[in-house]
Amino acid sequence: MTLASATRRPATRTPDAGGRRRPVDHGAWFLVLPALIPILVLSVGPLLYGIGLAFTDAQSGRTAPTRWIGALNFQDLLHDTLFWDSFRIGLLWAVGVTVPQFLLALGLALLLDQDLRFRPLARALAIIPWAMPEVVVGIMWRLVYNPDAGILNETLRDLGLGDGHDWLSGLGTALPAVIVVGVWAGMPQTTVALLAGLQNTPRELHEAAAMDGAGAWRRFLTVTWPALRPVALAITALNFIWNFNSFALVYVLTNGGPGGRTRLPMLFAYEEAFRYGQFGYAAAMGCVMVAVISMLLAIRLAGRLKGDEDV
Amino acid sequence: VKTRKGARAGQYLALLAYLVFLAFPFLWLISTAFKPARELASLHPTWIPRSPTLANFRQAFDEQPLLRAALNSLLAALGAAVVAVLIATPMAYVMARHRTLLAKAATGWVVVSQAFPFVLVIIPLFLVLKNLRLIDSLTGLIMVYVVWALPFALWMLVGYVRAVPAELEEAAAVDGAGRVRTLVSVTAPLLAPGIVATALFAFISAWNEFFFALVLLKTPEKQTLPVVLTHFIGAEGVADLGPLAAAATLATLPSLVVFAIIQKRITGGMLAGAVKS
Repeated sequence: MTLASATRRPATRTPDAGGRRRPVDHGAWFLVLPALIPILVLSVGPLLYGIGLAFTDAQSGRTAPTRWIGALNFQDLLHDTLFWDSFRIGLLWAVGVTVPQFLLALGLALLLDQDLRFRPLARALAIIPWAMPEVVVGIMWRLVYNPDAGILNETLRDLGLGDGHDWLSGLGTALPAVIVVGVWAGMPQTTVALLAGLQNTPRELHEAAAMDGAGAWRRFLTVTWPALRPVALAITALNFIWNFNSFALVYVLTNGGPGGRTRLPMLFAYEEAFRYGQFGYAAAMGCVMVAVISMLLAIRLAGRLKGDEDV
Repeated sequence: VKTRKGARAGQYLALLAYLVFLAFPFLWLISTAFKPARELASLHPTWIPRSPTLANFRQAFDEQPLLRAALNSLLAALGAAVVAVLIATPMAYVMARHRTLLAKAATGWVVVSQAFPFVLVIIPLFLVLKNLRLIDSLTGLIMVYVVWALPFALWMLVGYVRAVPAELEEAAAVDGAGRVRTLVSVTAPLLAPGIVATALFAFISAWNEFFFALVLLKTPEKQTLPVVLTHFIGAEGVADLGPLAAAATLATLPSLVVFAIIQKRITGGMLAGAVKS
């Protein structure tokens, strides 16, 4: 027994080298396959299939066979002003939600990182919106915004700030009203990610800076922010994508109305595909959305990274 | 770090403002759920119902097949959570312990799918499931939920596996335990809390999910709670507020209960560990 363990030990002590030397680990394949097959069939496959569909005239419920039509869908899309209106609204929404979401979440995370009383309770309460179904969040805010029975207008009336509005049906107020809900709904997730980042900031440095007489703002800029930056960048990029792709909230709140003022690209593509049955065209919309968003993010992130090198 | 008294007071005030902003819509929802129709029609709504009633809950169950929908949601969420964890745990183990090309590709997929464009996936998924005759069926929906929950489940589980020291497994191997025996009697018990947390997370995401359910389920008896909730809102956007609020409140309770169980893990170590690695 002792001999066996003595000869075995060196081989297992460096798992990296050992793992590489073994040619093919059949056990590993056996462990991976149950997850790999669904991933390939229901995730990677459909993604490629979807890109392919964008170059066809696929429609729902049609008997004639689907044909390849090259880039025709994309050419049509280029002149589809309704789509680009929707795209513009989607960008406004995504930026309008992501930026306040980040700033508010940063404030909350910094507060929750302090040594305050009731901190566990506050943390628990702060993430409640995360647990709620998006549909319920939409319903909830419809009740808040309701022109007669809603609490928002009632509060405005109490404060003597006019008779209130029909927030979700007003042409000018619908998008801002929906954006507020988006910020509310995504804040907890962002806060938790930033809190996790804050827990990785060096406490000792913080205390040393305080000893040297650095104020709170200076400490934040010189100690906290550099440590938090990677997390902040990652969560903001993800939030931007998630927000741009969001569907349920606005579907319940306004269903794209009034007059298309809140028709996000996802709502537009959904209607194109499942109300009008234009599968190929809707897939092309999906491709364009993904391409533009990845480009924007690539430019933005590349810019940030370059900034890093300059410092 | 010492903070001055004034600053401390300001911090408490700011925290209070945050909590009010985050909590008030939910309190308003509950308040609306208990208000009689007469009160909802009056122009000056109050925070606390003047004459609270349960009539809205009764009416909600009369108007829509809520029980049926809740059962469907429960089946979908349970199925998704159990299957996701069953297939994700072995894969996460390989991803955490082996540095093969496959593990790298899987990690890449996890990252990319965080930004997954649903629009691009839903149409092909619809067609694939239609060919498999799994459209308008809970089984099909569960399959989609499983794959949809996998990235996050893998991400969490890889973190948990890494937290189990490889030396423990090596020690078991040294003592003569085979590979399966090591996994079952050494690794699995240490992973159990992480596996449960991951399953509960998958449960919540499936319970709350709306988009896939909306597209994939057409028969009213098969639809899940979030989809049925939207039926309370009429075509013109007019809704019977009381029953709507009552049904929405009930639909939220299971998520809140499950979330309360894993809350500590979420605000505590879970994401911190993931960020560090």
